[in-house]
Amino acid sequence: MPLNPAFAGRVYPATTPYRIGREKIREFAEAIGDTRDEQAAPPTFAIALTLRAEVAVVSDPELGLDMTRLLHREQRFDHRRAIRDGDELTVTVTITEVDRVGGTDVVTLTSDLRTVAGEHVCTTTSTLIAQGDD
Amino acid sequence: MTEPRYDEIEPGTALPRLTHVIRRGDLVRYAGASGDFNPIHWSERAATEAGLPTIIAHGMLTLGVAMRLVSEWAGREAVLECGGRFARPVVVPDDDAGVELVVDGVVAEKLDDSRVRVELTVRCDGEKVLARPRAVVALA
Repeated sequence: MPLNPAFAGRVYPATTPYRIGREKIREFAEAIGDTRDEQAAPPTFAIALTLRAEVAVVSDPELGLDMTRLLHREQRFDHRRAIRDGDELTVTVTITEVDRVGGTDVVTLTSDLRTVAGEHVCTTTSTLIAQGDD
Repeated sequence: MTEPRYDEIEPGTALPRLTHVIRRGDLVRYAGASGDFNPIHWSERAATEAGLPTIIAHGMLTLGVAMRLVSEWAGREAVLECGGRFARPVVVPDDDAGVELVVDGVVAEKLDDSRVRVELTVRCDGEKVLARPRAVVALA
C-alpha cells in the first residue's frame, strides 16, 4: 500500500516539555558504554526525545506505514550546543519527505529541539523505512 | 587526557580506536534508556516476522557507541554535528560472547572556526555497518 503523500510537509505541535536530568543523561551514556558523569549529554542523546515523538507521528494509520516492519535507515544531529542537565526541551516534528523506493516505504523527518524559553538547541534528521515483503 | 588542539591537528590525524561488545542484555538496557522499544531489538518472533535473521542492535546504539570515539577524544560539548546511515544490521547472538564493534576515525578536513570533520569507520565481523559515519567537532 503506498504511503499517503499528503503527509509530506506536515508540521506537528510541539511536544510537552521534557526536563533533562543528570540521572537520565548518565543512564543513556551508560547504555552506550560511556561511564563518565557529566552535565553535557552524549551527542546522540537527542534521540531519546525525538524518536518517540517521530514514532507517534508515523504511527498514524492514515499515513499507511507498516509499523511491524519499521527500521531506522539514517540519522543526523546538528547541535547549536550540547543538551545539558536542567534543559527543559520541546520537540517539533516535521515530515519532510514521504516516498517509496524499490518497494520500500521511506519517511524523512526533522525534529527541532528548543528550550521552553525558545532557545534552539538541536535539529535532528531521521529516515525511517518499512521494507516490502519481497 | 589532553584535549586535541586545532592548531596541532592535521588532516590524517587518527583518533584512538574504540572497541565495544554488545550482548542481548545491552539491547534491553539501551531500549530503556533511549525509549526505543521496537520489538525487533528484543523479540525473536518480532524480528523474524519483520524479515530479519534474528534480533539486531538498535542502529542508534551502534551510532551512539561510534560517536564515543569523537566525544571521548574532544569532549561531549565539542560535537556539533554527527550522523550516519545504518547500512548493515548488527546481528546480536543469544550467547555470552555477543558481537564486537570496532570504531576508527580520522580527521578528514580542517574547517573554519576551529572545527574539524572526522570520518569514522564502524566494523562488525570485518564488515562496515554504518555508511558515511561522520562528525563535525569544535576544537580549542
